[in-house]
Amino acid sequence: MPLSNEEVARLARLARLSIPDGSADATRKQLDSIFVLMTQLQSVDTTGIEPMSHPQELPARLREDAVTETNRRATFQAIAPQAEAGLYLVPKVIE
Amino acid sequence: MTSAPFFDAPVSALRRALDEKDISSVELASLFLDRIEAFDSGLNAFITVDRERALADARAADERIARKGTGALTGIPLAYKDVFCTEGMLTTCASKMLSNFVSPYDAHAVTLLKQAGTVNLGKTNMDECAMGSSSETSYYGPVKNPWNPAHVSGGSSGGSAAAVAARLAPIAAGSDTGGSVRQPAAFCGITGIKATYGLISRFGMIAYASSLDQAGVFGASASDCALLLSAMTGFDPRDSTSLDRPTENYAAAIEAPSPNPARPLDGLTIGVPDEFFSEGLGDETRAAIEQALAQYRALGASTRKIALPNARLAIPVCYVIAMAEASSNLSRFDGVRYGHRAAEYADLVDMYCKSRSEGFGAEVQRRILAGTFVLSHGYYDAYYLQAQKLRRLITEDFKRAFAECDLIAAPTAPVTAWPLGAMSDDPVQMYLADIYTTPVNLAGLPGLSHPCGFDTAGLPIGLQLIGDYFSESRLLAATHRFQQATDWHLRRPAIARTSA
Amino acid sequence: MSRSDWEVVIGLEIHAQLNTASKIFSGASTAFGAPPNEQACAIDIALPGTLPVLNRGAVERAIRFGLALGARVAPKSVFARKNYFYPDLPGGYQISQFELPVVQGGAITIWVGEGENAYEKSVRLTRAHLEEDAGKSLHEDFHGMSGIDLNRAGMPLLEIVSEPDMRSSAEAVAYARALHALVRWINICDGNMQEGSFRCDANVSVRKKGTQPLGTRREIKNLNSFRFLQQAIDYETGWQIETLEDGGRFEQSTVLFDPATGQTRMMRSKEDAHDYRYFPNPDLLPLVIEPEWIEQVRATMPELPAAMKSRFERELGLSAQDASALTSAKEVADYFQAALAATGDVHAKLCANWVMGELAARLNRASLEIASAPVSPPQLAGLLLRIADGSISNAIARKVFEALWNNEGKDADDIIERQGLKQVTDNSAIEAMVDEAIAANPKSVEEFRAGKEKALNALVGQVMKVSRGKANPAQVNELMRRRLGI
Repeated sequence: MPLSNEEVARLARLARLSIPDGSADATRKQLDSIFVLMTQLQSVDTTGIEPMSHPQELPARLREDAVTETNRRATFQAIAPQAEAGLYLVPKVIE
Repeated sequence: MTSAPFFDAPVSALRRALDEKDISSVELASLFLDRIEAFDSGLNAFITVDRERALADARAADERIARKGTGALTGIPLAYKDVFCTEGMLTTCASKMLSNFVSPYDAHAVTLLKQAGTVNLGKTNMDECAMGSSSETSYYGPVKNPWNPAHVSGGSSGGSAAAVAARLAPIAAGSDTGGSVRQPAAFCGITGIKATYGLISRFGMIAYASSLDQAGVFGASASDCALLLSAMTGFDPRDSTSLDRPTENYAAAIEAPSPNPARPLDGLTIGVPDEFFSEGLGDETRAAIEQALAQYRALGASTRKIALPNARLAIPVCYVIAMAEASSNLSRFDGVRYGHRAAEYADLVDMYCKSRSEGFGAEVQRRILAGTFVLSHGYYDAYYLQAQKLRRLITEDFKRAFAECDLIAAPTAPVTAWPLGAMSDDPVQMYLADIYTTPVNLAGLPGLSHPCGFDTAGLPIGLQLIGDYFSESRLLAATHRFQQATDWHLRRPAIARTSA
Repeated sequence: MSRSDWEVVIGLEIHAQLNTASKIFSGASTAFGAPPNEQACAIDIALPGTLPVLNRGAVERAIRFGLALGARVAPKSVFARKNYFYPDLPGGYQISQFELPVVQGGAITIWVGEGENAYEKSVRLTRAHLEEDAGKSLHEDFHGMSGIDLNRAGMPLLEIVSEPDMRSSAEAVAYARALHALVRWINICDGNMQEGSFRCDANVSVRKKGTQPLGTRREIKNLNSFRFLQQAIDYETGWQIETLEDGGRFEQSTVLFDPATGQTRMMRSKEDAHDYRYFPNPDLLPLVIEPEWIEQVRATMPELPAAMKSRFERELGLSAQDASALTSAKEVADYFQAALAATGDVHAKLCANWVMGELAARLNRASLEIASAPVSPPQLAGLLLRIADGSISNAIARKVFEALWNNEGKDADDIIERQGLKQVTDNSAIEAMVDEAIAANPKSVEEFRAGKEKALNALVGQVMKVSRGKANPAQVNELMRRRLGI
């Protein structure tokens, strides 16, 4: 079930990656070979098998509702690409 | 201690030397820092080395030693795979994306090891975002194998493995998502153990695949690994998957005297899965493994065949799950709050796309795309959900197996370290090298690799031991008995026999 | 075709911010109004390596909600990741419940409209699930860029999803109001709509009356007042009907309501077909709620509005509408019950009238909440007792109430005493005033005698005026008639 270049472009859009013009074919071919490997999964009948999303199938441990964090904005924003007036700056967000 | 120099001494010997003032922690740290300076240009095992910070750690340790307030690791130098966040220190995950990321906090494991008084020599190189089996995808260039610098170190924790093998650090921490501790340990001829999932907090370890990632340790021997592992495990309320159980002293456990010193492994049953000895396994590796099994039998263990019929699908299962989780885990790297942001962009979406495509290397982008695919509408059931179902079948195979045996033995990898670049054009070929290690991560079991021979090219071969949940003591103890009777773990590459 | 041939179908998604002290997955404070990003901790800004841990307080509030609606509290529910990129979403995914929500089913009874046309209706809930809120994008200009504040990121939300059971904007508002009252009643959400603690999304579609299949729906996002909810639905309904009647079509989509124009408009950021790639969050294990926990929570639940309403009808003899109004908010019910208790539990109807009448009107004029009413329930009760025993007329009672409101005395008796407002019932004193009024208004007397009944009112009114309202009006009337020889 080989992918089309359009499908690869759709995945890239969803993942916010840009595939440079000219490498689309190469990317698609490599992904195809990965999907060939992954398609081996379809060889097994798993009817009735419960999916396992976690190695330890335990219930969640809950945290008590208490404030434990203090303000560390200055430290966090010291490593921000662009921050001002306590805000992270990004290209204009349009709703 | 007449024979080994300090840089090649067991951690327990370093402990005695520090306590008896044969050497100070500052001297010991300097010794390793000098070795890194002298030899790492040929290995590229380290991304960041902070001499001043390391010496400050060592001075603090010396004060503690003077006050006799020491633990097993006080004043012992170590290195961290660059997946562990270290406060105030560059933490890159070997990615351009984080090449400017000075972490504002410590990983839980780092906090524990700081409290233990260890000395942080630096951060080791790895595959970018821990995605790889050769440590070649690093933004900082490939790690080279200390046994032969034309060959890979294994991965993804290749830098930590190479550093310990070359004696640039006595011990080191790594992480293992599909074999990333065990396989580089095997390729570099040292001992490495990945803990039971949930034993070491993942808080502060940059995530690759959350349900598979687990920290592990490297050392020259099981006893060195035991000391480091004991100090890193422990419940952490900040990790929902951290297990709340008493910590164990693995070092003490492996030293427990045997009632029958001639056959110290009497009563131990080692399962040998047929599936792990099928086609694809190199002849020299097969021979070395069989010889090691004979040695285990000589030590009193019995071996028996077991079946892990679903393990053959572990690679696709593991990669589907890992890539799916990774595609989501790596979304936080968007150039907004930290990390790389493209210099120029047209708008918000363009900023995202450029920052991420510039920040991530080819293999990481491939895995993000593949992970996005297996979770996307219309494919989820056939790939992701199917992988989760098979994950259960693989896990149940292990459950059945451990009803019949105490440990499982297998090769760590089907081949020895390949030449640099040999698999770079064929990612899938590289994934297949994880055939024997990935089932262990899927089940969340502990696994260990120890050296058991060399191929004709002089590259090390590793034997993998897999234990049931929380059987780290048993894994380490069995390896310790093996290492007391053999000298594979004492073999050193030339670089590790040379003084700086 | 006219508008009356169409039927609107509405379902609401309401986000109630749970009133926990800390966030749903981190220990950062939820206090409102902090400077930007000062309450965004390492987890909230999604630093690499950070991990979520679920807040017990948020789960407990979800259980309270489930119990209040007679819903199923799921013994096992799962947190998933909803993946999409947006600058106010630091992790690149929202942690939310998808396939297995914590609250499943349930229903709420609403009271729609007023007066004779009012009717009761039951609205079914599909589910309610726990999730984290996102941060905020501030659109003021920062050199042509937007500012991101992540203080709100990780705030605990309960998303409450209704079935498409509502058939008018009035029903939608009544439902939203009922839920708003309920979440405050059971103390899981402060209900502050200005601060965004209670936000509505409305799914609106129209269909020809008598037809079954649902029309194409559009979702109106982020309505933060009941008025906007009503306006937005009304506008959207009209727009959809007009569009369809003109032979047009529209896509399923998300729209925003602009309060300035009263119109809805398509969101400009047109996402390429959303594919959220939900999958169970591997950082979080399934949420398991044992029956014992549910029972513990049940033991702490207050009497719920529905139960209280039927008790008011059954035990106090109040009408369904009165009982419904008195249980429309916890604070109103608390006030009513406290006042009624202070009367010795005997004047329910009178008490209900005053709480919903004079008190409600006065609070409204002063823009006050009932919890901060200057007249306390015991003070109101003291007043009611004096009305009931005939000491004061209703007119005087209103004066006493106003005096209590202005803190002119410690209770009704004090004010009646001090201001001499006790009703005059002494026949001779009233007779004197009646005679005075007859003498002073010969014209009215003449008119009355000529058969003009209304003229009597003027004479009685004169006496009331002279007595400053203290004379018993019935008594005045009777004496006046007697004196005029009728």
